[in-house]
Amino acid sequence: MTAPATYKAVIDHTVVADHQKVRRWGWAHVVEHMVLRMRSYVSTMLLTGIGSPFLYLLGLGFGLGVLVDQGEGIEGVPYLTFVAPALVMATAMQVGAQENTYGVFGGFKWTNMFNAMRLSPVSPGQMAMGMQAGTLVRVVPMLGFYLVALVLFGIATPLRALAMLPIGLLLALAVGSAVMAWVATQKDDRGQLSFIERFVIVPLTLFSGTYFPLETLPGYLQPIGWISPLWHAAELGRAVMYDMAMSPLMWLVHIGFLASVAAIGAVLSVRVFRRRLDG
Amino acid sequence: MAQPVISARGLTKRYGAFTAVDGIDFDIAPGESFGFLGPNGAGKSTTMRMIAATSTRTDGTLSVLGLDANHHGPEIRAQLGIVPQGDMLDEELRVIDNLYVYGRYFGLPRAYVKARSEELLDFAQLREKRTARVDGLSGGMKRRLTIARGLINNPKVMLLDEPTTGLDPQARHVLWDRLFRLKEEGVTLVVTTHFMDEAEQLCDRLVVIDKGTIVAEGSPQSLIREYSTREVLEVRFGSARNEAAAGRLEGIGERQELLPDRVLIYADNGEQALQAVTERGLEPVTSLVRRSSLEDVFLRLTGRSLIE
Ligand SMILES: Nc1ncnc2c1ncn2[C@@H]1O[C@H](COP(=O)(O)OP(=O)(O)O)[C@@H](O)[C@H]1O
Ligand SMILES: [Mg+2]
Repeated sequence: MTAPATYKAVIDHTVVADHQKVRRWGWAHVVEHMVLRMRSYVSTMLLTGIGSPFLYLLGLGFGLGVLVDQGEGIEGVPYLTFVAPALVMATAMQVGAQENTYGVFGGFKWTNMFNAMRLSPVSPGQMAMGMQAGTLVRVVPMLGFYLVALVLFGIATPLRALAMLPIGLLLALAVGSAVMAWVATQKDDRGQLSFIERFVIVPLTLFSGTYFPLETLPGYLQPIGWISPLWHAAELGRAVMYDMAMSPLMWLVHIGFLASVAAIGAVLSVRVFRRRLDG
Repeated sequence: MAQPVISARGLTKRYGAFTAVDGIDFDIAPGESFGFLGPNGAGKSTTMRMIAATSTRTDGTLSVLGLDANHHGPEIRAQLGIVPQGDMLDEELRVIDNLYVYGRYFGLPRAYVKARSEELLDFAQLREKRTARVDGLSGGMKRRLTIARGLINNPKVMLLDEPTTGLDPQARHVLWDRLFRLKEEGVTLVVTTHFMDEAEQLCDRLVVIDKGTIVAEGSPQSLIREYSTREVLEVRFGSARNEAAAGRLEGIGERQELLPDRVLIYADNGEQALQAVTERGLEPVTSLVRRSSLEDVFLRLTGRSLIE
């Protein structure tokens, strides 16, 4: 090795980190980090993102749909039209939950993401918020594929499909921040992380009026739907997609419920992150 | 001392009823290499976390770069380079991306962070590993990458928690060489270690810390002068006979320590002490004369060895 011709100092004292800027944009740098990590699984993301809408729409369209439509459809629309908004929302819920289960737990235990960020001016609250924003970055393409499929199948017009995007994002935010608030309190994984998928996400999908109207369920099971973010989002999706009748009050209730869950989850998450990252 | 960059008075951290750091005082001057030397569990990492403002102190005062650590965390960390005991690298990212992502957390512009990452890759001697995933690096490489990451924001003060623990001797020397370079440039280094050779190599001044309290303070040389003799004679009589032999060594050297496997005799002249031992008709199986080290200082102060 030869010595460099001019000795350059390692530290450049003219460059100063801007903690004021970090106070505003710290969350965005967390998103940047998450996007860089996505590179390593972008192919699986594409595969499931493109594959599952087609599988579901074909399967339900040719199977259940044919059967149901021999009657007069559901709520006066063909079965696929009825089920499609709920499928889109179920995807948003699933991705929101997944990212905040393994992403959050892993960030504390496996990837050291949060512990490393903690050594910078980024605050624990910004980490939690950045994680939510990063989740939305993941949800957008997943929903995008689904919505394009709806248009290709002739189930929705492009404009109506597009209108479902903000609803899906609100749902992902609500589910994501609620899941985050709980997962961030978990110190070890003794299998309880998979409970979220098995005992929360799947049952919610089954009892939220996804594949059939909520009113079909016996009265004592219907409250599951009322507290399920998925049901609220699916209702909104149906109103947007085929003008399912909905009173202004119910619009407010559905949006208000999702926004409240998102807000409460966010506040709790920030609190848990702060406590956990003060050692 | 010039206006200290870090200053602590009665610094205390309690975890529930357990006191990990128990009212310590210290001042670190700009450009100084300052060490915390102590065994496992002494409270070194806890102290470092309080300085980095990632752990709220329970009591006392702590000012870092003129700011109260309990209230100005982000501002303080913006100016620190932190090398934690566990590397905390993102093992699924590439080497260069670890630097890039981290630099962005300091609010530095993209183009600057890109250029800076390349510079630090050279400083850390990791040019060939630029696009390798971190999980494939050796321990020494990971440690150098962690140091490079800590330098991304051009810090005034570097906190290094056990910089070479777990590394082989060659990797340790490569790392020390990098740290000397920073020291030469006038970067303030704050180092914790339980290796006396590391403390002697890197630190201008250090505190010896045990069970959360400071038991001595000074430069390595002054500590050795104050708490030990110039030389040490180590004699072994075989594990069964050390104790009996020690009983007959009374008066040789200034002081003696009986360890399970050997007897240490503290004397300014080790050879003379050895002569005195043999004159008493004792025949050690092996004998060794060496200079006193910080290990001896620690033994004198606590009655225990640094590495259990
Ligand atoms: N988060 C924590 N909760 C409870 N006890 C802790 C925590 N962190 C450290 N300790 C305890 O504080 C003591 C000092 O730990 P540490 O500062 O890591 O020591 P060192 O770095 O000198 O080995 C140890 O007994 C350790 O178990
Ligand atoms: Mg430690």
